[in-house]
Amino acid sequence: MRDQIFKIIESVVAEINEELDYDSLRNVTEDTTLFGGDEGVDSLSLVFIVTNVERGIYEQLDRSVSLANEKAMSMRNSPYRNVGSLLEYALQCLEEA
Amino acid sequence: MSNIAIITGTRKGIGLYLAEYYSRKGFTVVGCSRSEAEKALDNYSHHCLDVADEKAVQQMVHDVVKKFGRVDILINNAGIASMNHILLTPLSTVRRIFETNFYGTFLFAREVAKVMMRQKYGRIVNFATVAAPLKLEGEAAYASSKAAVANFTQVMAKEVADYNITVNAVGPTPVATDLIKNVDKKKMQDLINTQAIKRLGTFEDIANVIDFFIRQESDFITGQTVYLGGIS
Repeated sequence: MRDQIFKIIESVVAEINEELDYDSLRNVTEDTTLFGGDEGVDSLSLVFIVTNVERGIYEQLDRSVSLANEKAMSMRNSPYRNVGSLLEYALQCLEEA
Repeated sequence: MSNIAIITGTRKGIGLYLAEYYSRKGFTVVGCSRSEAEKALDNYSHHCLDVADEKAVQQMVHDVVKKFGRVDILINNAGIASMNHILLTPLSTVRRIFETNFYGTFLFAREVAKVMMRQKYGRIVNFATVAAPLKLEGEAAYASSKAAVANFTQVMAKEVADYNITVNAVGPTPVATDLIKNVDKKKMQDLINTQAIKRLGTFEDIANVIDFFIRQESDFITGQTVYLGGIS
């Protein structure tokens, strides 16, 4: 499942980067920064990433998960900061669902 | 251009009229209400749910996308009212009104906008009411919930504008539906007398405003609440 979710995130990031054209988003790894710092995307792009990862999980894994939940908003370290943290958070949400 | 529309609160009243009206126009309409649809319509399918149930709303939107591939229009019609003096209003009533009128509008708008964002196209129409600008006594909870909808409409319009999604609201005057059947006739006439055009609204008046909002050419119209009957 980890690989499948990574591929979903990778594909969503590639899609948004067709518009953004950020060097830092070209080769996606778990260390790729998503939000915050100089390399992070803007808030609207983050909305696109999060909602489309939710959609990808639903379409490919047939699981309904909300990644923008209260827990995500209150975490000390945002789960959206990089690809790895988003991946871990998605796995955690799926486990708890 | 396809016209896949979700309309909430379609079992009766304005919602049923809108479901009939748009299905007659050839739109594919998916409606919902707490209970089963009472009429079978062409181009129409029905979901039973509570609009304030987050998981049920998510599931319905998923189902619509799975079946039709997109959602072009959302009409957030579902609403309830309750008239009472504030001092005699139970909190449970306020909660129920906000759950249906505001939380329901919020949930459908949020879930459908996720789909529309991907399409880079969408038209969302919410339901406000003249009871809010008129500050009607006896309607504190109802008017407040709809004032929240009007404000939500303005904020959301800004947040999704980059995706070619418009968000507007129609604010009907009283229309002859169940919502007003228990209102005292003199009070109703007094209310109508505050309008520039002194008559009850009709379903057609409401559909006319929605038609304007959902036209493809209305892509520069967003964040607006149009009150009927000359109320502002």
